[in-house]
Amino acid sequence: MTDEPEPGLELTSSLVPLFVITNGRSLPPEHAYERTTLVSASQDASDAEARTLSPEARQVLELVTGGFLSVAEVAAHTHLPLGIVRILLAQLEERGLIAARKPIPRAEHVDRDVLNAVLDGLRARFGA
Amino acid sequence: MYLESGVSTAVKVLVVGHFGVGKTTCIRSISEIEPLSTEEEITEASVGFDDLSGTPDKTTTTVAMDFGRLTLSDEVVLYLFGTPGQERFKEMWEELSRGALGALVLVDPERLSDSFPVLDLVERFGLTYAIGVNRFEGTPDYPLDEVREALNLSADTPVVRCDVRDQQSAAQALITLVEHLLTLSD
Repeated sequence: MTDEPEPGLELTSSLVPLFVITNGRSLPPEHAYERTTLVSASQDASDAEARTLSPEARQVLELVTGGFLSVAEVAAHTHLPLGIVRILLAQLEERGLIAARKPIPRAEHVDRDVLNAVLDGLRARFGA
Repeated sequence: MYLESGVSTAVKVLVVGHFGVGKTTCIRSISEIEPLSTEEEITEASVGFDDLSGTPDKTTTTVAMDFGRLTLSDEVVLYLFGTPGQERFKEMWEELSRGALGALVLVDPERLSDSFPVLDLVERFGLTYAIGVNRFEGTPDYPLDEVREALNLSADTPVVRCDVRDQQSAAQALITLVEHLLTLSD
């Protein structure tokens, strides 16, 4: 018995269960689910549809049934790797089970209104 | 745990710096939630790294990335992402820097040269930044213009002293960054 892995074997063991979780789906383009994209279960998500999901997808759906969270928070609370969460969210959105609020695309100049809201919010909160 | 239902605009600021400079402490001081972390995989060339995987070219490592959250109005929420400053995280930087308002760069005045790779990444990804000179127990307050000179900063880059364990102080460093961003958006 040797510790040397087989030469030419690309997959590591951890990839196999992840592959199963996502039904073999590949990663969507990263910008589809930025870590600051906000997600929540759709109002009209049907239980029947949810029953056909993988346990991990159902776990994600149940989490966001309570309200909006960022993609990063979904990954943190479910303890699933960020990359997997992105794929699961894409599946859920495709089936109409979640709604997503995408972050504003990067503009040439950051919106002054947003910056002012951030500054006012910080000053109000920290009294500075 | 959940965001207020009216919150529709999520923005982010990166809290960056070398290992041990106080990124997570800073996020903990100002976040409204207990800092959370995401698990993510980074792929790196194994040349120059300890390679136990047996794969010849690349190795995959899982890293934990800490972040925090601040709801700033009925509509706006700010996420703070702790971002390690090593070159090997550059793929992650590419994604994290996209759409970021800017970066708060934390530096240790006694280890300024450790911040060079961090500043290199911040500039490469075109992030506007402010420098927070973190105060460490038992170290003197270095004059800020010496820090500015040692880091070779441009004249308009804000440099502030802070103690990231203190909420007010950490928040003030963040406010300095946002004020700077506003000045530039004129």
